[in-house]
Amino acid sequence: MTSTGHNRARSITLLVMMERIRAFEEHACLAAERDKLVLGAIHPSIGQEASAAGIMQALRRDDILLSTHRGHGHTLAKGADPLAMYRELLGREGGCCGGKGGSMHIADFNVGMLGANGVVGANITIGAGAAHGLKLLGSDRIAVDIFGDGAVNRGPFLEGLNWAVVFDLPVLFVCEDNQYSATTQTKSVTGGPGPAARAEAMGLRVTVVDGNNAEEVANAVDEITARIRSGEGPEFLHSITYRQTGHTSFDLAGYRPEGEADRHKAEDDPIARQRGLLAAMGANQGELDAIHANAQEEMAGLIKQAAATSFPPDDTAFSDVQDLGSPIREAF
Amino acid sequence: MAKMTYVEASREAVREAMQADATVWCVGEDLGRGSVFGQYLGLQDEFGKDRVVDTPISEAGIMGAAFGAAMVGTRPIVEMRFSDFALCATDELVNQIAKARFMFGGQSRAPMVIRKPTGMWRSSAAQHSQSLESWYTHIPGLVVVCPATPQDNYSMMKAAIASDDPVVYFEHKNIWGMEGKVDRNLEVEIGRAAIRREGGDLTLVSWSDTANLAIQAGDALATKGVSAEVIDLRSLWPWDKEAVIASVQKTGRLIVAHESVAVGGFGAEVVASIAQEVTMKTPPRRLGAPRSLVAYAPNLEDQMRVTADMMVTAAMEMIKT
Repeated sequence: MTSTGHNRARSITLLVMMERIRAFEEHACLAAERDKLVLGAIHPSIGQEASAAGIMQALRRDDILLSTHRGHGHTLAKGADPLAMYRELLGREGGCCGGKGGSMHIADFNVGMLGANGVVGANITIGAGAAHGLKLLGSDRIAVDIFGDGAVNRGPFLEGLNWAVVFDLPVLFVCEDNQYSATTQTKSVTGGPGPAARAEAMGLRVTVVDGNNAEEVANAVDEITARIRSGEGPEFLHSITYRQTGHTSFDLAGYRPEGEADRHKAEDDPIARQRGLLAAMGANQGELDAIHANAQEEMAGLIKQAAATSFPPDDTAFSDVQDLGSPIREAF
Repeated sequence: MAKMTYVEASREAVREAMQADATVWCVGEDLGRGSVFGQYLGLQDEFGKDRVVDTPISEAGIMGAAFGAAMVGTRPIVEMRFSDFALCATDELVNQIAKARFMFGGQSRAPMVIRKPTGMWRSSAAQHSQSLESWYTHIPGLVVVCPATPQDNYSMMKAAIASDDPVVYFEHKNIWGMEGKVDRNLEVEIGRAAIRREGGDLTLVSWSDTANLAIQAGDALATKGVSAEVIDLRSLWPWDKEAVIASVQKTGRLIVAHESVAVGGFGAEVVASIAQEVTMKTPPRRLGAPRSLVAYAPNLEDQMRVTADMMVTAAMEMIKT
């Protein structure tokens, strides 16, 4: 630990991961908009990287993660292979889901990442259940379930959180609050004081963090996951951040108040803040610039590699449907 | 051979599966008290509250949580209480469970049995009486099972628990007390129909409790000199198309009868599939409920029933033409 109270090695690790997530998504957005290589919608988490980096550094590889349609950062930080992720975004062979899921269904079971989800809030009951399964199996693994602020207005928020409390499950629910429900300001469609109060009312221990401060997120999640792993039951983290892009990479977000996004980018960017912190800890500009350049170079190379991969074989459209009554190739 | 009721048969199958595999567990409302129809009586005493789990009234929670637990390596048996209530968990079943294996490129399985007591039973009215099995045949990824006898409810429950697929399992509420001999060693393959009665004049296809009425209709037709072949499909996905084709090639006549609404019912699928394969002597018929709602008053409820008499009447009309 330094005099500023930070572990320099961890601070560097957090910055490296945030730069890699940012670079991954910047190249993915270019591939969507300029190169037309990403064919479906992608939902960038640019501006929200501190949550992904801060949470995942506290998890083991075999811990369980469930994420959202805005889940590239979580998946990468959990340890998924970015080349397989790019191949998935481009719908190519060798994608982590064989090109059958795309961005919204990205998953890598080898690192405990049991899926992003195309339905807002649907992962909340599933995450509670994954923790239920781990408890039944007598495992010491834990589950982390990340969703957005829009999800707190859906039924699974109530049913999933209640389930976790009733069965005293090893799960951390994270509301990664980027303040927008698709293209609507969440506060304009949410009754009462919001996510943390709702979770507290249901009996969860609640922590609120500045979700653009990677160190604060990491410190909080280190403590929370230690409690959960020792059997102290489910908890709730409200991580307040800001979505610097539109809902999808194609959304120009003209519905935002004038200057809001620019202000966040200029004053509250999680990567800039982490660089500032490291500079204050004595890191030199060259070292920090190299981290940025390495991440950009890594992702630029990988997306090229992904684009050079072929599309999946046609007959995989019929595989992995089900055992009984499959494959179904009847022409009716 | 043991004598069992329909409800005892599936309970016994669940009990044996739980004894054999510690990852099999049951999850739903009021299971400790046996659930609504006694399907789980005694199981919590034998296996404990962690494996026979009493839940809040939270269908989406039950379905979603069971799915999460299935993805980490357990084999949940999910109780929905009434098939009508499972509609509260439609996203979990249709968008999540049915699709996970495919969407994730084969990384996951959802080995689950989703039990949905179905059909008309004692003036239960419009929200506790529906037969919605055809909906689920339309969803790739799901298996749909509709047993009509104690033997099948034993053997098919075992097969459903053993399957790595999500199996939507419809038990008919009207026949919980139906008694029959059950051979514990008899395996029933899901997707294989049962020929309940052999005949050469007409093929009568059904499933669930309506298959029992079809046997009665076959008996009544025999007294009129008409030999009906009665086929109980037992499962709707996969369904035994080959058995029906073989039968209709022999008889040249086809009736499909089911309790659910005729419009958009699985009878239409059977009739269309067979019509593409076999030239019949008469146009095929399907018998299902009118496109109205199940009412509370017994006489109104009866308006929705497909009876053995209706099958006999339809069969005689087809034989005469």
